[in-house]
This record gives sequence, structure tokens and C-alpha cells, in this order.
Amino acid sequence: MSAFNAIGDEREIDRDEFTPGLEPQPTWCPGCGDFGVLKALKQALPEVGKTPEEVLTVTGIGCSGKLNSYLDTYGFHTIHGRSLPVARAAKLANDGLEVIAAGGDGDGYGIGGNHFMHTARENHDMTYIVFNNEVFGLTKGQTSPTSPKGHKSKTTPHGNAKSPIRPLSLALTSGATYIARTAAVNPNQAKEIIKEAIDHDGFAHIDFLTQCPTWNKDAKQYVPYVDVQESEDYDFDVNSREEAQEMMFETENALHEGTVLTGRYFVDERPSYQDEKKELGEMPEEPLAERYFEDDYDWERSYDLLERHK
Amino acid sequence: MSDNELIWRVAGGSGDGIDSTSQNFAKALMRSGLDVFTHRHYPSRIRGGHTYVEIRAAAEEVQSRGDGYNFLLALGDSFARNPQEEAYYGNEEVKPLSENLEDLREGGVIIYDEGLLSEEDVAELDLEERAEENGWHLYPMDLRSLAREHGREVMRNTAGVGATAALLDMDLEHIEDLMEDAMPEKILEPNIEILHEAHEIVSEEYEFTHDLRVPEGDHDDEQALLSGSNAITFGAIDSGCRFIAGYPMTPWTDVFTLMSQHLPEMGGVSEQVEDEIAAAALAVGASHAGVKAMSGSSGGGFALMSEPLGLAEMTETPLVLLESMRAGPSTGMPTKPEQADLEFTLYTSQGDSNRVVFAPGTVEEAYEQTRTAFYIAYEYQIPTVIIYDQKLSGENTNVDVSFFDREPAPDLGSTMTEEELEDAVHDASGKFHRFQHDPENGVSPRSLPGQQDGRYLATGNEHTPAGHISEDPDNRVAQVNRRLRKLEAIRADLDEGDTHQTYVGDDDADYGIITWGSSQGVVEEAVARLEADGHSVKAVGVSEMMPFPEAELAEFIESVEEAMVVEMNASAQFRGLLQKELGRYGEKLTSLLKYNGNPFEPAEVVEGYELNVEGSGTDPSAQVRLEPAAGD
Repeated sequence: MSAFNAIGDEREIDRDEFTPGLEPQPTWCPGCGDFGVLKALKQALPEVGKTPEEVLTVTGIGCSGKLNSYLDTYGFHTIHGRSLPVARAAKLANDGLEVIAAGGDGDGYGIGGNHFMHTARENHDMTYIVFNNEVFGLTKGQTSPTSPKGHKSKTTPHGNAKSPIRPLSLALTSGATYIARTAAVNPNQAKEIIKEAIDHDGFAHIDFLTQCPTWNKDAKQYVPYVDVQESEDYDFDVNSREEAQEMMFETENALHEGTVLTGRYFVDERPSYQDEKKELGEMPEEPLAERYFEDDYDWERSYDLLERHK
Repeated sequence: MSDNELIWRVAGGSGDGIDSTSQNFAKALMRSGLDVFTHRHYPSRIRGGHTYVEIRAAAEEVQSRGDGYNFLLALGDSFARNPQEEAYYGNEEVKPLSENLEDLREGGVIIYDEGLLSEEDVAELDLEERAEENGWHLYPMDLRSLAREHGREVMRNTAGVGATAALLDMDLEHIEDLMEDAMPEKILEPNIEILHEAHEIVSEEYEFTHDLRVPEGDHDDEQALLSGSNAITFGAIDSGCRFIAGYPMTPWTDVFTLMSQHLPEMGGVSEQVEDEIAAAALAVGASHAGVKAMSGSSGGGFALMSEPLGLAEMTETPLVLLESMRAGPSTGMPTKPEQADLEFTLYTSQGDSNRVVFAPGTVEEAYEQTRTAFYIAYEYQIPTVIIYDQKLSGENTNVDVSFFDREPAPDLGSTMTEEELEDAVHDASGKFHRFQHDPENGVSPRSLPGQQDGRYLATGNEHTPAGHISEDPDNRVAQVNRRLRKLEAIRADLDEGDTHQTYVGDDDADYGIITWGSSQGVVEEAVARLEADGHSVKAVGVSEMMPFPEAELAEFIESVEEAMVVEMNASAQFRGLLQKELGRYGEKLTSLLKYNGNPFEPAEVVEGYELNVEGSGTDPSAQVRLEPAAGD
């Protein structure tokens, strides 16, 4: 008998279940792209059969970090840049949980860049949504790792001397096995991509363009956007690392030239970290968290480990 | 100092097998019925560099490395990088002999490998002359040729052990048994041959001029040879800890390695991750999801854990962290012990701290307090730190096997079941009230992700009972006060059980010695010696750093006229803590400080006492500092 009966609960799920009954007033500005992520998640989760209590949403710090204040699941609003290590450990502790991590571009590609690289490398079975608005929003508009070269802000008064990070290429090189970009202004595509990411067994990275109407007026609303799968101008194989790499490079360049390309870029079937660890005998088949509720589990004792010390 | 004790020092280069040789020799002495205590001195290098291990063995209990030593097996450094004296680090090859002469007691015994160490090098040390002055007994032997003849050169250490056993009149039985346990067939045979051959040569061809023989002893109970790191590992396992995340750093790596070896065998998870920020954050994530978890590091790595530590405090996520101190600041001296991270551990991370800190003094205390740390962390939903040092981490001593024969304690503490959650307080939207204002002991039970009816938000922001972010002043005060109430409840809880402080000496003594952590054994031994010399002295080894055992320490200091605080750092951090917590006694407290990279020896504490009380006696060595009380 499980101690976690929300997990695998097969029942009708209403989209409203993910909206808190006493919804805190969102702190996001009117027109903020973050509303688009929230909406897409609320639509996607019931459609993939997840109930609020089997989902753990782990966020970083910034406007995006407030996501789990407005999405009614189990939530862990962590610290700046550290959502991924918290999230992946929760998945290792109880792999029945549906773990979704989220944060901004500064959070994920800047201060948490090391964790992003390694979580992708290890291919943890989880979804990571990066709210990419190319700016630090909550701290009032400073230049971020995805801000374009030349971007002027209070911390770069003469324009940004740095070229922006390439989020999709970085995810690919690091080892992510599902990589997509979507935009808040494209809710149907966003919902479908989130569903695919959740269903994917491995580290699924979504670079989610979320316009900041207050601090990044240059980016407009990320319209018009092009879906690279639907457009006839683009033809590449998402299962091919080489072709994906080329398409990503083009997409990253195009954004700063005014063309918003979105869609799926890479899908790979390499086994998830959880599966690799189980294969090596380094992770139990039964979720570890269940063990503490088993009345008859025979806990190992140090007394039985003393032989080689005698 | 006991007249009938052996302190055997085996010295060589890193990579010469000093560790494994000493481990087996210490076990052999233990199996023969003696109490043992080891001390490890090593450089931060893979190959080469002078390293030694000391094994002290006596029939009665030994609590420290002792003073100096009386038997040297100098193998020489076969991986020496600088054979020339003019080189920056000097002639390394001969250091295992030359560097160890200073501490060798009068009448001591020396075996050195004349196969590796050239006659010239040895001649430069004026060894014979010094031996005559100090009454040392020299037994040069060509260990290298002997090893080469029967096996490989690296087996020189086995030849040295055989020669040692012969000179000490020690039976080879236990040594042989241990070699059989530890060595694969292929290398076992030549090693056994070398052992016997060396023993025979020394017994038959050398004339014994020394009196030292191996002491005889007897144990009532079966014994195990364990380090503080073993004990912490065992305490964690017996607490049901099945998750560890870490990043290698000396000396914390000892526990991390041991846990990583044991956990997979018991269906647990060990994660070596990208950095220490991730390591502590993983432990927080695993604990949040309902697994008993730990992480840790040494000073520099622990610095990176400040933020996740604060997150655990604010979200009230149970967490056990280790702080395995080494000499700082910065990279400091990676393989040398120091107790200088106390203030850092107590106060790191922003805001009002809500953490518990234990500093075990012995191997048994390390086990005991690790269990207490897990109990407190999960019962009170608070991070608990075990602060210890390279000395406790790596020194081995014998412990009764029966000490570990007890029930495991895997309970998750203040965690609800789904059944309990059904009847728990929820708000109108169905969110569980995870952070209620009113619990008297401050603890509001938690739910776990995946449980029905347990949804809430954990956040590092200040939050309402359901976890919503809030800056409401009334809620803020209520939550801060509740979190602080937990520390009071923990203090009361700790006061109910047996004390974690260790007291020795006569209750009525009017001079007190106060120490903390791993310096405890040395102080205990110093008190025994002072008492034997007719002084009226008592001592306390303090283990509870936060919440501080104020009443106990005030009582101790009140009961004496003067006290000396002994610790391994330059800034008297524990004395500072005492004065901060007690708010007085500045005029009563003298400090005895050592921070040269080596732990105290009992004689230094005795000398500190004599200097402080009698204003006379031998000056403590130039590397130990007596800092007088305020107004003195």
C-alpha cells in the first residue's frame, strides 16, 4: 500500500483544480508573458492525467519564481538559481512525483548555469521551463545572460558588450534529451510542448519566451512567431543532433534579428538518469520515500557492518 | 605518561602504503588485547611527501596520541621528488627519518631502511651522535633488498612490520591473519615470506639493546577499530539516512566515501554533484520529498552551503550537514586539523539563524551525536550541523562492538500520514496549513509531496500558514517567534536526556579546563596527569554549540576560581562563544591556543596549566599560545 495515494490517481481532472481557490493576486504586470506559462501549464497538466497533488513545482527567484504561488500543486519556491538541484533530488527520493522546475533566464542560465549544465548532462527525468524575457525583471530591468549585445540598461549604460548565451545550443551540448522553444503569445503550441516535455523520459528543457512589457519593450511581444515544424521554410530532423544544432544556431541568431522561431528542436531517447542508476543498482526500484511508511521494513544496522573493522 | 605504552610511528612517503600498513598494525595490537589510538599526518599530495601514522597502544584506555613517541619505523620516501638538499622542499627522501627525530622520546627505538636511505644522507643527520645523547637504539636494516628478493620493492613496509614485531617481542599471528583478510592471493604469499624473513633476521642477527616491549592487555568485549568518520557514517545509517549528496573535499571526503559505499547496498542513494551549493540543495530536495538526507563539506565547501542552509531554516526542511574542519582561511592547510570554523558554522547564512550545532569529542560521541542530530532535525524540522575536524575524522580507536548493538531510528519525525492529513487544518482552497502559528514547541507537522490533502507551498520568502508569500507584520512576528521557539524546545529536550558534555576530574576542584570537540581526549589525559601530580583540576568537553548549554557551563565556571579554555585556533572562538552566551566571566577565562597544524599533546595542556597557575614551569612550545584572562 502506498503512502502517497495522489500518485497515479486515475480520475477525471478539472483544469480549475490547478487554480488556487483563494488565488493570491498575481504580482505580475498586466501583459506579462508569465501568465502564458501559467495558462499553458493549467491546460497541459489535466490533459496528461496529472493531479495537483502528484505534481511538485520547484521554482527559483524572480517574477517567474512566483509560478507556484498561482499554480495549485505541491510547490517549492527555492533560492536564486537552485531550483534544479532541489527538484532532481525530490525526483530521486520519490520518482512517482511529476517534477517540474521553472525559473527565469538569469536564474537558469546565469547564477544556476552550472546546475543547468549538469542536470541536462545527467538527464534527470523532469521538465525545466525557463521564462526567457532577456532581462532581469523583478530587480527592475538589468541586463541578463540572454540580453542582446548592445542592450542598454542601468547596469550597462553604454550598451551590453557581451553576446547573449545560446540556451538551446547549451542544452544540446550539455546533454538534454528534449529541447524546445515556445512563446507566451502562442498558447496552443506552448501547451502541446509542455505535454510532450512532461511525457518525455529524461531532461526536457523548454526555453519559454515571456515578454516583459515593463522592462524589455524592445522585444515587443515576440510576434510574429514562426513554428519551425509548421513552416515550409524549415526542414530538419529533430532526432538528428547535427541538424538540431544547426537549426538552434539559426534560431538563436534570428531572435535578435526580429524573427521569432519556435518549436521542437531535439528529441533523443537516451535512458534517463533514474533508469541508469537503477541499472547500476544505485537506486531502488521502489520509491525511497515509501520505505519510511512501511511498518515491516527491516532497517539495516551499523552493527552488521562491523566485521571488517574487528 | 604511561611507562608501559608503545607509540609506534611509521613514516614514509605518500604512496608508500603507510595508511594500510598502520591500519593493520593497529588492528593487530587491538586484537592482542590493547587499547589503541592513531594519529595521521600527511601532505596534500598523491605521490611523495613525508607522511606518518602514529599508533599508541597500552593496556589501559588511551584517549589521545600521547606525548612524543617511542618507536620509529622510517621507511624513507620512495616517491621523493627532490633528492637534493638545495631543493625548495629540501631532501625529501630522508625526511621520514630526519623530520621525526625531534619528537622521539629518550630511549626510543629506530628502524630505518638503509636500502633506500644512503649512508651519506644518514651520516649528515649525525644520527649516531644524537642516538648516544638521547639513548636511542638504532637498528638499520636493508628492507628494500629484502622486499625485492621475495616480492616487490613496495613491500618494504611489510619487512618493516616484521622487524618491528621482532624488536617488540610481538607475536606474528594477528598480523598474519589481518594480511590474509586484506590481501589477494597473489601478493599475500610474498608478503608473508617477507614478514617472516624480516622477523627472523632481526631475531637472530641483531643484538637487542632496548627495553621496550609490546605491552600486554586484555579486553572484556570484542573490539572494532573505528574513526570518527566511521562513527558518523554508522550514526547516519542507524538513523535511517538513505540519501547523501556531496562534492569531494578533504577531510569531509572520508564520510562521503563511506556513505557512498554503504548506501547502494541498502537501497539508498548517493550523489556526487557539480558543487557544494548543489550538494546541500539536493539534500534539501530529498528531505522535502520524505527521505532522511544529509550533505556536508569542509570549510571552503561549507561556505557554498550557506544559502541552502538558510533555505532549510526558512522552509523548515529537516537537514543534517557535516562541517569537517581543516586549517584555514581559504585553502589553508588541507590535511591539517584546526577548530577555527566554529563562528562561521554558527552564524553563516543571512538573517536570524535557526540551527542546531553539535561538536562531538570522541568516536563514540560522533556516533551518538549523529543520531541525536537526525532526531532533532526531523522532529523539529531544522538543520543540524555536526562540526568536527581532520583529527576526529581520521584518528582510529577501538570501541566495544556491543556499543552499536541497538535499534535503528528511521522515524521521519514531525511528518503526517495521509490519514492524519484528512483531519488536519486546511484553508478554504484546500491548502494544508503547514506553517501554523500556534504550536507551543514551534513545530508544525509537515506533509510530503504526493500525499493526498497535503498541498502547500514551501518558500524561502516569509510566508503564511499555508505557505503563501507574505510581508504582513503580524504574520512575520508570529512566524519568526515560532521558529525561534523551536530552539527553546530543543534546549529543553536536550536537557531532559543525558548531557552531551563530558566531565572529568574532581567535582570540588577549583581550577577548570574547558574544551570542545576533538581536543577533549587530550584534555582528559592532561587532567589525569595533573591529578596524579596532586593538582586539583577538573574539565568539561562541550559538545552542544547551539542551542548553548548555558546553565551547565555557568555552573561549571561558577564552581571554579579560574578556567583555561583549550582549542585549536588563533582567535579563541569558543571562549568568545562562552562569553557571548553567558555574558560574563571574562576575568576568569584564560585561553590555550594551538594552530600550527598539529593537534595538542597532553603535555602541552599540562604546561599551559603550570604556566597559568604557577606562573612557572616549562614554557609551552613556541607554537602554543597562552592568552591571559581579561584584566590579568
